[in-house]
Amino acid sequence: MKSGSNPQRVSMSPPLLEVEGLTKHFPVTIALFPRRQIGWVKAVDGIDFAVDPGETLGVIGESGCGKTTTSKLILLQEGPTSGAIRFDGEDIAGLAGPELMRYRREVQVVFQDPYSSLSPRMRVGEIIAEPLQIHTDLSRAAQQERVAEVLDLVGLRPEVAALFPHEFSGGQRQRIAIARALVTNTRLIVLDEPVSALDVSIRAQIMNQLEELQARLGVSYIFIGHDLATVAHISHRIAVMYLGQIVEMADSLELCEKPLHPYTQALFTAALPAHPDDKREKLTISGEVPSALSPPSGCRFHPRCPKAMSRCAVDAPERKEVAPGHSVACHLY
Amino acid sequence: MVSLSPQTSAAAAAIGRPPIAWLSQFRGLPLLPLAILVPFVLIAVFADYIAPYDPTEPVAGMKIFIPPAWMQGGDIRVLLGTDFQGRDVLSRLIFGARVSLIVGVMGTVVAGGIGTALGILAGYLGGWADLVIMRLTDAWLALPALVFAIFLATMVGPSMWNIIIILGLVYWTRYARVIRGEVLSLREREFVKLAEIAGASSTRVIRRHILPNVLNSAMVLASLTIGVVIIAEASLSFLGVGVPPPEPAWGSMLADGRSMLMVGAWWLTVLPGLCIMMVVLATQLLGDWLRIRLDPQLRNL
Repeated sequence: MKSGSNPQRVSMSPPLLEVEGLTKHFPVTIALFPRRQIGWVKAVDGIDFAVDPGETLGVIGESGCGKTTTSKLILLQEGPTSGAIRFDGEDIAGLAGPELMRYRREVQVVFQDPYSSLSPRMRVGEIIAEPLQIHTDLSRAAQQERVAEVLDLVGLRPEVAALFPHEFSGGQRQRIAIARALVTNTRLIVLDEPVSALDVSIRAQIMNQLEELQARLGVSYIFIGHDLATVAHISHRIAVMYLGQIVEMADSLELCEKPLHPYTQALFTAALPAHPDDKREKLTISGEVPSALSPPSGCRFHPRCPKAMSRCAVDAPERKEVAPGHSVACHLY
Repeated sequence: MVSLSPQTSAAAAAIGRPPIAWLSQFRGLPLLPLAILVPFVLIAVFADYIAPYDPTEPVAGMKIFIPPAWMQGGDIRVLLGTDFQGRDVLSRLIFGARVSLIVGVMGTVVAGGIGTALGILAGYLGGWADLVIMRLTDAWLALPALVFAIFLATMVGPSMWNIIIILGLVYWTRYARVIRGEVLSLREREFVKLAEIAGASSTRVIRRHILPNVLNSAMVLASLTIGVVIIAEASLSFLGVGVPPPEPAWGSMLADGRSMLMVGAWWLTVLPGLCIMMVVLATQLLGDWLRIRLDPQLRNL
């Protein structure tokens, strides 16, 4: 668990990426004639966060909580229903032409499955050089030089540029994916469960590699995951998502020591303790994540919350700061 | 595909390939289809030098319906006999190979070009483009292929290039459907998304990521289509709306010889029939081999 380099969102420098009131609703229709819309899936429902230069923001939550939709919105794969994403202070929804290309160059992604994210018909060198070909007019030799450089950064030999992806293991493929994400002097990388598909032993290597790269290059990460230990290890700050909303957000160390939201506490109960003798308040929840199509009234967590009060069913809690840099959306605080 | 500079290929060889890798290139070559196709292609290319007689003119001093040389009444100067006009059957078969192969290959290229382009557009663009193109394909599929070809051939008049265009127009639908399906699944693959996120234009995504990944399917389809197109050309020629006489085509040779089958002049139909069968068989086998060969995931095995 890291802390120190950027403990809180103390506004020393402007944030690199700022998300405000971000909302994405998908219409649900039934395929009858005439097509009828029966509701909305509120995949992301009004979230706010910011990522500083050189910072890692962890986003954690169960599947279906909206973390992948959030990454799609940031990567401009989907347009938001409302709200804004600002990169360098500029709303990315309005980007076009050279400004859009600049954003495309400076924000990259690493996906979960390293077997699907590398084109099987291209050599590693071509795969890594693709963003360079799109954004620069470097000569072939200069491209190869840059490719060798980033391969070295991720701990691979430059000769591998001539090989095909299927000649590599999962961990090596993920390194290649990271090299590609870095090649254009990227400033923000969205890491969408980058180690979930890997072996535990490889996982640690990749995580350390990512941290090392961040220290050297000052790149920011948005690290999306569902494994608490992994996310807590690499992140400076963590946002806990539940049903399209951020329920708690805090410095990584603080969150691990003092999780406030009952959902966060339940997540820690579910994860293995760092030390077998660790004593913690046990909090178990039952049931499934409710459908995002008809989320519960009031606090969305109240049907599963062991500490729910009568107020929770009617009144949706606002996320408010309870300690410096630690905000939680719960009526208990 | 990616072109390799000498250094990178040297590096690749240094890393994983045995030094005699080039030797394995010859391992597993499709010997049977090549043994059939290479002679036919050579014959088609050098028909002018190989054929003993003009295929369109009766051989001077020869009777009609002379049987092949090894049969009773055969003549060594006309190895495979003569037809109803006294033309040399061997020369006609040789020039017929040229017609069949050109029509088969070019017809497939036209069909594959139209079908692949429309399939990629429908699959990648989606929405209205997809809807319009796929309904058009469905409508096209509802037309009986050969009847449609006959209709078009009688409309525009018979000539070899018309036949090529017509057969291309008739047989593109299968490409469009299969390629569209492939593109639909490719579009969701993460490497395509990565390219889009990196800012690649649609043209670039199609050129670099979609097209190379559908070429395999296009190749397999082409191997099936060449045979179908050759047979379709033969059928059109057989029906008299294909390559116009006196130009030699295997299909029209079949038609010419058909009436004489009853009286025992089998060589007029069996020989062109055999040629059609062998070429079609060989193209299918070769296509299958190509498919395995072109897949880099199987290449090193």
